[in-house]
Amino acid sequence: MTESPLTRALLRLGTGLTLAFIYVPLFVIAIYAFNENISQTWPIDQYTTKWFRVAWEDENVRNALWMSVKAALGATAIALVLGTLASLAVARYRFFGKEAISFLVILPIALPGIITGLALQSTILNFLSPVGISFSIWTIIIGHATFCIVVVYNNTVARLRRVSSSLEEASADLGADSWQTFRYVTFPQMRSALLAGGLLAFALSFDEVIVTVFTSGAQQTLPIWMLTNFGRPKELPIVNVVALFVIVASVIPVWIAARITSGRPATMRADT
Amino acid sequence: MKHVRRKRISLASAAAFVGALAFLAAGCGGDDGGSSSASEDWQVSGLGSTLDEIQANAKNEGQVNLVIWAGYADKSWADEFTKQTGCKVNTKDGASSDDMVDQMATGEYDGVSASGDATLRLIAKGDVAPVNFDLTPNYADVFEGLKDQPYNTVDGVGYGVPHGRGPNYLVFRNDILPEDTNSWAPIWDGSQAGKLSIFNNPIFIADAAVYLKATQSDLGIDDPYELDEDQFNAAVDLLKKQRPDIGKYWDGETYADQVTTFKSGETTVGTTWPYQVNLMAAEKPPVSVTANKPTEGTTGWSDTWMISSKAKNPNCMYLWMDYIISPEANAKVAEYFGEAPSNEKACDLTSDANHCDTYHAKDEDWWKDVYYWSTPQADCGDDRGEVCKTYEDWQAAWAEIKG
Amino acid sequence: MNSVPHAEPPPRSNPGRRLSSFFHRHDRLRLGTLLAAPVAWLVVVYLGSLALLLMAAFWDTEPFTNDIVRRWNLDSFRQLWEQDVYRDVAWRTIKMAGLVTLADAVIAFPIAYYMARVASPRTRNLLVVAVLTPLWASYLVKAFAWRTMLGEQGFINWLLDPLGLGPPGDDWHVGSGWYSWDVDLWLTFAYFWLPFMILPIYAGLERIPSSLLEASGDLGARAVRTFFRVTLPLAFPAVVAGSIFTFSLTLGDYILPRFIADQQFVGTVIYERRSSALPFAAAFAMVPILVMTAYLFVAKRLGAFKEL
Repeated sequence: MTESPLTRALLRLGTGLTLAFIYVPLFVIAIYAFNENISQTWPIDQYTTKWFRVAWEDENVRNALWMSVKAALGATAIALVLGTLASLAVARYRFFGKEAISFLVILPIALPGIITGLALQSTILNFLSPVGISFSIWTIIIGHATFCIVVVYNNTVARLRRVSSSLEEASADLGADSWQTFRYVTFPQMRSALLAGGLLAFALSFDEVIVTVFTSGAQQTLPIWMLTNFGRPKELPIVNVVALFVIVASVIPVWIAARITSGRPATMRADT
Repeated sequence: MKHVRRKRISLASAAAFVGALAFLAAGCGGDDGGSSSASEDWQVSGLGSTLDEIQANAKNEGQVNLVIWAGYADKSWADEFTKQTGCKVNTKDGASSDDMVDQMATGEYDGVSASGDATLRLIAKGDVAPVNFDLTPNYADVFEGLKDQPYNTVDGVGYGVPHGRGPNYLVFRNDILPEDTNSWAPIWDGSQAGKLSIFNNPIFIADAAVYLKATQSDLGIDDPYELDEDQFNAAVDLLKKQRPDIGKYWDGETYADQVTTFKSGETTVGTTWPYQVNLMAAEKPPVSVTANKPTEGTTGWSDTWMISSKAKNPNCMYLWMDYIISPEANAKVAEYFGEAPSNEKACDLTSDANHCDTYHAKDEDWWKDVYYWSTPQADCGDDRGEVCKTYEDWQAAWAEIKG
Repeated sequence: MNSVPHAEPPPRSNPGRRLSSFFHRHDRLRLGTLLAAPVAWLVVVYLGSLALLLMAAFWDTEPFTNDIVRRWNLDSFRQLWEQDVYRDVAWRTIKMAGLVTLADAVIAFPIAYYMARVASPRTRNLLVVAVLTPLWASYLVKAFAWRTMLGEQGFINWLLDPLGLGPPGDDWHVGSGWYSWDVDLWLTFAYFWLPFMILPIYAGLERIPSSLLEASGDLGARAVRTFFRVTLPLAFPAVVAGSIFTFSLTLGDYILPRFIADQQFVGTVIYERRSSALPFAAAFAMVPILVMTAYLFVAKRLGAFKEL
């Protein structure tokens, strides 16, 4: 390590402050889950745990949670497939328009969500509704998948670039056809990148509200349920409870993903 | 160089493809220009033709999706409805009438509790269907003064059942203004700098017009929603003067925030619905405020339940429309929200026996200076002709006012 | 001495193998098949919808119903140009996006550096989890938490009051006109997008081989010099990569400006007019599209795409 002890101490301080900055608001959310009143002033006047039971019994919460999970699974699956296809093409071939592909893939996530949402909603309202296709979980999935592709794509392209293609050539030389090569050589190398990309895509889709407002009609994912209820006095504490639950529940998959991606293949680090 | 040229070609061909696609689509896209006129065809597809049929169909539908003003479908009467009919009630709070019109345009909701500034737009767009009052028996007991109104009846065809009506109140904390304050002056004269709580929608321009009607009679304002050039500019100037004094805006989605800001003192004076006044009183400890209709008059709203022309659950919707104006439910919602009910019989059923008196349900004179929300149109409706500002003008001005 | 693998009979021919050999001979076709689905999706679903939206900017609306009338015109653009307020709104939005990006870059760098080069592997894992977890906390709940923290009787005032401090400027709003700065909104945006900045910088810093930094030290540069002459330039593309998100997310947000600061931003105006005045909303949407497209071109030049 080239850093001096002073530098490292300062870095530790900076890290600590940043972590505090990140977690104090989450701590506030957690505290408000125990708030008796509907108005969110500080300090809290009265504490209670009743909202946890109310949230548990609320059918709308459970339905919204399930809808979110389904939508996220669908979007992640599509993103995994499309992202992998695109990354295989870009990482293993030379063709004109290659740079345009990476530009195209990043566009849905680089352009503000309101534009993506508005564009998709206009298409649904003006071209799909007249022919009978209206808002449904599929329109939600399509919207999410479109900007989740890039997350998978980036991870897999980076991994494929790091893993030389000579392994695949060797596999072909030994008599494997394309599917076998993919299944036994390429895919295992990509697996952890796919997992990381998939988990990130799932997270993005699960908490997505900006685009979902436009693509969801009367269907409620969990963020939409929150949007509908966070302004309602009787429901606000439940919203805080649900948010707390999601934060806590998400730690596990995130931790798993971090463990998996930290074990990298022993390849050169100087390549990009 | 060749590589660059190839890249340009590929981008160009992509652009051409997209362009071609777009023009194709534009040519043969569905027609959504032009409004459908009011029709008497109240056969929303799937609707039964007798009460028994409707009740049977409703059990198959199992739910009704509504766009509502906050508090219009509380569990305390919605659950009873679900028990009686088997229709689960799903709701979305509208932030404003504009928001409600937008939501209904998606065709995803079965019904809406529309104020007068939304109803005619919904009718003109063809997003709502006429109502067959034979299938909503409780309509017979609705106050005559709410039936056949210009905002819910077109060419003699009725488009909804009246829900109830109410004024937009002046509200202030009792430790800031004396309790007998009954003028709008405090929100216009700059005395409450940084502490105002104002409704966030272009329709609020009408509130400025109401104040000018009383204080600057030389402008000749009669209908606060039909303003010509001079009247409009005066109202906009007044609002621009008010803008720096605003502590926090509120609307139909963030109304609960108003309770918080009044409690904390971030806002101390403003406009409100009776719903928030009830919420403030229910706080522990209660927020001490007074709310009233000032002498200059006020804007208000008379709401109508309308059914979507594309309703997926029309039978449940008809049952809801009949239920919400039934004496029991109408009494409950009138008390919960704090408004005048639409059903005469509801007055006997309110838990506070004086509710109808307090809220002037039978006192038509009291409503003479309550100007129900309505959509501004170019046709002033009087001898000035078509010189009045349209709602588009109001929206553009509101953006300028907010800055 | 390697043993000679005993001769195996050639693998049996089946449809899979035949297809695979076909693709092997027609390499370009395999490329095309790989690309077909993702490109078709993105071009048809995404670019197609975008093109249709932008076309609407040149159309008109029926005065009362606000239905779209497909009459080509430039009214929306004229209105955007003639009313000053929209210029103010656009500038306010772009300015905020820049300020947020700066703030996030500064806040993210120390923790990213610590994670990439100082922390032990176990600590690093924990930190990655710690940084990613807030992404799962609902956007709306975080927004509400900040709203209450910033409120008059909120957490921040509760902290600052005993010290005799209060919110900067006039209730979190500093300055006016072109130089105005909504501190409350700035803090909130910076908070929301921070993970999007930390992760790329962390990945970028991790990729720098220690040998380069050691070589710099061997050549006589002290730590600070190495940082500014070696580390920072190498990490810069990663910062730009992260900035794509912070900039874009701020540019299009339509919830926080209204909610935290009662301010009109490009996103809020587009959102409010999305149904009643779609041509106008589409015309105004050109602003963030053009800004982000330009930003992406510059970012690509700076090498950011490799750091995502």
